[in-house]
Amino acid sequence: MLDLRLYMAQRLSALVMVPFVLGHIAVMIYAIQGGLSTAEILGRTQGSLLWFLFYGTFVIAVSVHAAIGLRVIAHEWGGLRGRVLDGLMWGIGACLFYVGILAVFAVALP
Amino acid sequence: MTTTPNILRVTVQRGTAAALRQETFDVPAYENQTVLDVVTWIQQMADPTLSYRFACRVGMCGSCAMMVNGVPRWTCRTHVKKVAADGELDIGPLRNLPVIKDLVADMDPFFDKWVAAEARHHPSAERDDDFDPVTAQDPARAEADLGIECINCGICYAACDTVAGNPDYLGPAALQRAWTLLNDSRDADRDGILAAVSGKGGCHNCHSMGSCAQYCPNDLNPMRAIAGLKRETVRAAWGGKRDA
Repeated sequence: MLDLRLYMAQRLSALVMVPFVLGHIAVMIYAIQGGLSTAEILGRTQGSLLWFLFYGTFVIAVSVHAAIGLRVIAHEWGGLRGRVLDGLMWGIGACLFYVGILAVFAVALP
Repeated sequence: MTTTPNILRVTVQRGTAAALRQETFDVPAYENQTVLDVVTWIQQMADPTLSYRFACRVGMCGSCAMMVNGVPRWTCRTHVKKVAADGELDIGPLRNLPVIKDLVADMDPFFDKWVAAEARHHPSAERDDDFDPVTAQDPARAEADLGIECINCGICYAACDTVAGNPDYLGPAALQRAWTLLNDSRDADRDGILAAVSGKGGCHNCHSMGSCAQYCPNDLNPMRAIAGLKRETVRAAWGGKRDA
């Protein structure tokens, strides 16, 4: 159900997420200190390659990590197996990636 | 001061998988009494049709494990005094295994998984070769020694919630044996073991909940062994052995 490849993908995506989660929270706390408005925040993120890469990579890591984690729960608690389980995993990963990357486009594209 | 009740109320799971039922027996309580003594009393004095397994009675053979008040235990070394709740015992066959009859669980899936995990010796020497020197100081040997006192009782397998949710999972005992063999200088199939524990039901399914280590009657720590397997499989994969 969880072979070496999926295990590695989940652990590596977790490793990638650690600095992103910390960075994301730190920036959120920092950004609201002076009462920044939405327009001011977007003014800084839109057109920024750095923020595009930051949140773009974050979204990829989340999609991989969450899809594999939910696969385990669906198998152990829901009894799903085989193609249904694989389909669910890929479906969840694709949905998270789609929703996440739309948000990244909205925030980081000029 | 608590007094020992004169009578134990013992509920035993009876029947086959198709028709399970609970039966209650009143069993005389003694100062010194194991759970296996209680089961034997029921079989000899109350109902000779009760099926259960035991052999050595001294904690060596691993055949008398059962669920006692919801917890897997080696019944021959478990004192009633320590586990009875208000003079009541609830005894059933080992969890996570098919029931054959009454307290007898079918151990086939358990041992099939030992084979599936390549948890068997792969000879590295011929009849005419010298003995491989085994020294207790060698770090790999010391790691193997931590796991070799397993008596195959199946308690860790019954305690494991990952086995309960994922029937393909090889389980703590088989993986621990694979780990001891991986650290044994006399075993010749390191790659085979790593490949066997890296599949769908392999060591990577372990959630490190630790029930195996909690309930092992010999105080072994299969969780540690499984963590070692995860480490070694990842190391082998980085080394280019994609199937390992």
